[in-house]
Amino acid sequence: MLNYFKLIVLGLITLFAMIAANYARDLAYQMHAVLIVLISGGLFLWVLRGTDEPAAPEPMNEYQDGVVRAGVIATAFWGIAGFLVGVIIAFQLAFPALNLDVLQGYGNFGRLRPLHTSAVIFAFGGNALIASSFFIVQRTSAARLWGGNLGWFVFWGYQLFIVLAATGYLLGGTQSKEYAEPEWYVDLWLTVVWLAFLAVFLGTLIKRKEPHIYVANWFLLAFIVTVAMLHVVNNISIPVSVFGSKSVQVFAGVQDAMVQWWYGHNAVGFFLTAGFLGMMYYFIPKQAERPVFSYKLSIIHFWALIFLYIWAGPHHLHYTALPTWASTLGMVFSIVLWMPSWGGMINGLMTLSGAWDKLRTDPVIRMMVISVGFYGMSTFEGPMMSIRAVNSLSHYTDWTIGHVHSGALGWNGMITFGALYYLTPVLWKRERLYSLTLVSWHFWLATIGIVLYAASMWVTGIMEGLMWREVDANGFLVNSFADTVSAKFPMYVVRGLGGVLFLTGALIMCYNLWMTVRRSPAKEASLSTAVPAE
Amino acid sequence: MSKKSQKFEGDPNTTGHVWDGIEEFDNPMPRWWLWTFYACIIWGLAYTVAYPAWPLINSATTGLLGYTTRGEVAEAIAEVEEANASINTRLAEADLTAIADDPELAVYATSAGAAVFRTWCAQCHGSGAAGVQASGYPNLLDDDWLWGGDIESIHTTISHGIRNEDDPDARYSEMPVFGELLEKEEIAQVSNFVMTLSGREAQDPSMVEAGAEVYEYNCVACHGEDGAGNRDLGSPNLTDAIWLYGGSYEKLVETVTYSRYGVMPPWTERLSEAEIRAVSIYVHQLGGGE
Repeated sequence: MLNYFKLIVLGLITLFAMIAANYARDLAYQMHAVLIVLISGGLFLWVLRGTDEPAAPEPMNEYQDGVVRAGVIATAFWGIAGFLVGVIIAFQLAFPALNLDVLQGYGNFGRLRPLHTSAVIFAFGGNALIASSFFIVQRTSAARLWGGNLGWFVFWGYQLFIVLAATGYLLGGTQSKEYAEPEWYVDLWLTVVWLAFLAVFLGTLIKRKEPHIYVANWFLLAFIVTVAMLHVVNNISIPVSVFGSKSVQVFAGVQDAMVQWWYGHNAVGFFLTAGFLGMMYYFIPKQAERPVFSYKLSIIHFWALIFLYIWAGPHHLHYTALPTWASTLGMVFSIVLWMPSWGGMINGLMTLSGAWDKLRTDPVIRMMVISVGFYGMSTFEGPMMSIRAVNSLSHYTDWTIGHVHSGALGWNGMITFGALYYLTPVLWKRERLYSLTLVSWHFWLATIGIVLYAASMWVTGIMEGLMWREVDANGFLVNSFADTVSAKFPMYVVRGLGGVLFLTGALIMCYNLWMTVRRSPAKEASLSTAVPAE
Repeated sequence: MSKKSQKFEGDPNTTGHVWDGIEEFDNPMPRWWLWTFYACIIWGLAYTVAYPAWPLINSATTGLLGYTTRGEVAEAIAEVEEANASINTRLAEADLTAIADDPELAVYATSAGAAVFRTWCAQCHGSGAAGVQASGYPNLLDDDWLWGGDIESIHTTISHGIRNEDDPDARYSEMPVFGELLEKEEIAQVSNFVMTLSGREAQDPSMVEAGAEVYEYNCVACHGEDGAGNRDLGSPNLTDAIWLYGGSYEKLVETVTYSRYGVMPPWTERLSEAEIRAVSIYVHQLGGGE
């Protein structure tokens, strides 16, 4: 019966997409309509062929790990794609000739930059979060993922979102809001997928067999709920035509800017911080095989973080049309946020007390520890940069880029690598990783890469900030903007090299994970049965 | 059954919860962390009393210090303007040609003009004022001037701009689109001839003679018999090696066929008279001033 319903829906979608492709007003929309015709048409045939086949019963006593395995592969794949585009645009900034003429503008920095940010944050980070949410919530609830194949819908739906977003940027379909570039129909699709994600996660939590909800799940739930809210509010817009990608924002002027940075900052706060803290709270105690340092600290810093983060957005708009009062509040909340952020770092690091020796023997732990270290560093740097006086130097400079990357490469990247190294042997039932030496290589390449990246951006950021404000005895500006651009060249090259090292490390990881699946000895005892721990 | 956390002698108590083998110690929050958190909260509250912070229904609290970000910027600008007020007045009122002989005024105008140039002019003429070669953005470092290189001429050009629609006094001239007036053959001939004006070998020497005739009938009025140009019309000198849009045969054919229409905005509405004079002095002293 469900199959007939599916067939009707898929048939209607295919039909509408065909009409949309015909009447499309722009290239991005047309390509997307064709893509949807192919996908929904293909699914229609697939469902049709499967109708009346007897369905295999769902093994309710086992964890649903297939979708997590797919998530691990997707995370690694999009990671490499995102890092590669990052390296390309880093060198485009150093050598503008790399905005190749033969690509007719399609390969220009302006189109590739959102491709890079979305690929690393939403494709790499998002897949890591979805996969680890599904893994963690099952393990810590001792329950199979709720909703049957809904988890698979979330996975594939999210991949479709990524492809629509990425191809949209290249073809010119963008609403030009940083980190919220996808146009209206892509936003609507993501909303559907995200609500399904929320349903799967909540459903699993509700049917959990453990009496309490583990701290990692608080963070993951906060991440899912808040991102849904941020996404919907920041993307309220009216399409110019139902057959075109262009839409008009409902908010205007400074209100639009404030909503955008309320969204933008909390994309950092809830996507890249709360969500990844959820990952940290599971993978660090598991890898260290030690209890979490302090339950009390986890409660207090969780609620403080959740409450405070949501107000910090205005610090992105110091010295703009935003009223001073809003800018003050943004700054104050950012500074008060310092300790709640550090609560996660303390809980992560102190969990290792009694297991510090593992730093010597286990490069995966080393990766997780340095990730928490970078987390602590960037959650100190962030509040500092939100101070108006500091911001007047740092804003619009490369310092911001350096700050973002020490957080993104250091914290999000490294904890994800650690999680992938933990997950792969477990999910593919291997005794161990293929090579710890290669993990060490990855660790050092990535670390040196981040240091080169962050240090060069600090230098060039502070340099250009100082050059912009340099005045002579009469109060006249000494440098032109172009002077600062040319002064940054050597640092841009260093940054690009840092990116190359980071990318190389990630490639080594992919090889290592691949060989783990192919070559590592299989593990006898299965970890995939849902049994309450106590 | 999954692996449980390891425990050692002297470990604190756990909360008793276990998830997938993960336990939690019942440690208190680190004191330094808690006290720093409290301190941040107290500081934050105090800061919001001192500065504009809390939204009310139609306005917001203004803070005890009376600070605003706009006020801060306005104050900094006012300070500089006040300090420079008297010398700016002198600069705006002085005889243009006499400024260079007044050392104090000249030094001030040069540094002020450099700042104006870097902010408003560098986008087209480059931060070093060398223009963009063969792309229509003139080099201001050499002594080749389209509309004159003495201080008065430079001042007029900057004030009113070139070929813009915003200022009726803008410098204006327009080379005809010869693609609509001449045959392709004739354009090829005259382009070959123009190459010889600057002492170069023509692309096709056999066309030079015919090109001279085309030149005489179509180009002399503006560029002159000898090709030296005319500053009253902004028509460039064709006998030197400086080519605003490139001097290759192909570029010459392009220029003759389609014409060029370089535009510069007027600056009287955006800059003060003192600033325009300052940047005129700055450009004049770069090397090519007459």
